[in-house]
Amino acid sequence: MQKVWAFVRGCFLLLRKGSKLYYTWVSALLVLIVIGVVAYANQMYYGLIVTAMRDQVTWGFYISNFTFTVGVAAAAILLVIPAYVYQWKPIKEIAILGELVAVSAIVVCLLFVTVDLGRPDRFWHLIPKIGILNFPQSLLAWDVVVLNTYLVLNFGIAGYMLYSYYYQREPNMKYVFPLLMFSIPAAISIHTVTAFLYNGLAARPFWNASILAPRFLASAFCSGPAGMILMFQIVRKWTNIEIQDKAIFKIAELIAYAMFINLFLLGSELFKEYYSDTIHLAPVKYLYQGLDGHSDLVSFIWTATIFNLTAFFLFLIPQTRENHVTLNIGCVLMFIGVYIEKGMGLVIPGFVPDVLGDFYEYSPTSTEILVSMGIWATGLLVFTLLMRIAVPIMNHDFHVGEDGVKPHIGDQLFLVRKRVVVEEEDIYSP
Amino acid sequence: MSDMEERDEHVFRLTRRKALKGLALGIGAMALPAKDASASVWESFFQKNFRELNRSERQVILARLEKEYSARYKKPVRVKDTPPIEGALYGYGLDLSRCVGCRRCVYGCVTENNQSRDPQIHWIKVLRLEKERGVDLEHSEQYYNPATVPEEGYFYMPVQCQQCENPPCTKVCPVQATWKEIDGIVVVDYNWCIGCRYCMAACPYGARHFNWKAPGLPAGDMNPETHYLGNRPRPVGVVEKCTFCMQRTRERDGKYPACVEVCPVGARKFGNLLDPASEIRNVIENKRVFILKEDLNTQPKFYYFYSV
Repeated sequence: MQKVWAFVRGCFLLLRKGSKLYYTWVSALLVLIVIGVVAYANQMYYGLIVTAMRDQVTWGFYISNFTFTVGVAAAAILLVIPAYVYQWKPIKEIAILGELVAVSAIVVCLLFVTVDLGRPDRFWHLIPKIGILNFPQSLLAWDVVVLNTYLVLNFGIAGYMLYSYYYQREPNMKYVFPLLMFSIPAAISIHTVTAFLYNGLAARPFWNASILAPRFLASAFCSGPAGMILMFQIVRKWTNIEIQDKAIFKIAELIAYAMFINLFLLGSELFKEYYSDTIHLAPVKYLYQGLDGHSDLVSFIWTATIFNLTAFFLFLIPQTRENHVTLNIGCVLMFIGVYIEKGMGLVIPGFVPDVLGDFYEYSPTSTEILVSMGIWATGLLVFTLLMRIAVPIMNHDFHVGEDGVKPHIGDQLFLVRKRVVVEEEDIYSP
Repeated sequence: MSDMEERDEHVFRLTRRKALKGLALGIGAMALPAKDASASVWESFFQKNFRELNRSERQVILARLEKEYSARYKKPVRVKDTPPIEGALYGYGLDLSRCVGCRRCVYGCVTENNQSRDPQIHWIKVLRLEKERGVDLEHSEQYYNPATVPEEGYFYMPVQCQQCENPPCTKVCPVQATWKEIDGIVVVDYNWCIGCRYCMAACPYGARHFNWKAPGLPAGDMNPETHYLGNRPRPVGVVEKCTFCMQRTRERDGKYPACVEVCPVGARKFGNLLDPASEIRNVIENKRVFILKEDLNTQPKFYYFYSV
């Protein structure tokens, strides 16, 4: 226990050290977080009336962001599978980063659900025994369970592995491997459950399609890894970590397959709706064509469709996949494309037209945007701090000192423009 | 430890205690609505789900609420928790051939059930439908506003909670804040609802409404005869819905729901489905009735019919 405490203390020491850039970046995020908190305080004071949500469209920007982020979190297994099932070394070296992405993403998810609650003061009603968690009846209860399980799982695995490396020993795979294997179905479950949450509502034909969960998964394996590829390159450029191109190109290849499945499933869905041409076509029409003069989402969804298609071909063709410029363009397009498709493009048409045929066109208010920005900034901050610890540990720049108690901090700067060799210097806590 | 150090520590402790006290007061002041309501705020915060309360706990809560509402609305307010009448299962009939779309039911309901006047919450929505299209919700109009009703070429269909026998809304609630009572009425515990609005997404009839801001209910308009699960004043951030006026219908000297009473053309029928002599049974047995969105298997106890 003492060793854990020493590790945690070492981490806090480490978090305080960094280059000007590191401090600037963290401060910028903190500013965004403060803005978000103020906007949220305003929402708490006046009620959810300050959002654009109303009785017709009861979920909006917050839940859209939540849905998208669940996908990002689930995508961590796209690293875990090649790394630990197939023992592929280039990805194994960075699999831990995927777990840290998952942890940060789940934090974002939980925050988005919380700010959407009308009575956040009653969140404890969700805690089993103290409150009443309506498990297994409510899919939202399932979501609470699987999201928290996944958070604990990833935090536990990554934390234990980093802890082991800090004390300069190999993690005991006897414990880690089963957990890693369990994290694969857990990742699939967070996304499946989130899809079922919508899928189970017969009142909303747009969501009540069996193809929803598979489509969710397919698109998650596009957006999450696309984000990760971008992030890896940034991390590799600005910190001391090595990430091989091979790993990045392999992930890009996997994305191409996932996007193919996503587009195929989307096509199947569109075929069914348009060919059968029932009243259930209305939300699809609203989304893609506009309906009765209501067309707020049309330009967005076509942007998303074009982005996704373009990215698909960029990832499919080996030449463009292995060219950093086109690869990065593809990643950006895909991240935005899926963000629209899986976010507002999924949530809003479920409510428009509403169950009695009323049209209320939703677009988020400034409060919703500021609060969401604050939450994203929180996610980035969590991720930055986790990376601040993980990167030096993986580079052997942060480990227990020779006396076996005090930490050795070799990486004083963290965020610097490519590989400035820093004079090694042992820093001991005063 | 020298005297000096001891005193220093003493001083430090005092200041810390002061600081903590100040902090607590500050947080308290922010959280509390007004005056010395602190005790009731904490009591309501830690209140259990209504179904888990025993008789005496309920009495305490009802008394607390009565005191709170009476002070707020400056008149004696009663909060009942009348249980379902044994052998009662409520059903509702709506005669589409009589309804003229006057919306008196809408406002009668608002007056009876203490809905927010600002912003307006309506538990009943009247849809104007084209005679040519029949019951085609896609082409319905809720915001019709002619000088007089009924209008040529249209008929009207009021929609409210259908009190489903198989309600999709209750099963999705993550905290069991909403449930179906034995008399078939679907209720919400406004003190347990966390405001996630999943039930609103699940309801195929748009029957659930959310308090997007603190309900604006002028003291003069407040109906002081209330039920805990029904028409008592609602807090901000929770879901509410039609309860077939349980504060009226569950009483031994029961009255009809307000919407039935106020309807000028007698289009609304209400009664006990288990009583063969009831008006609603008569409607079901002798008229051609239909239920809304039958394909969803929600099994509404709200029957639309045509008397002519």
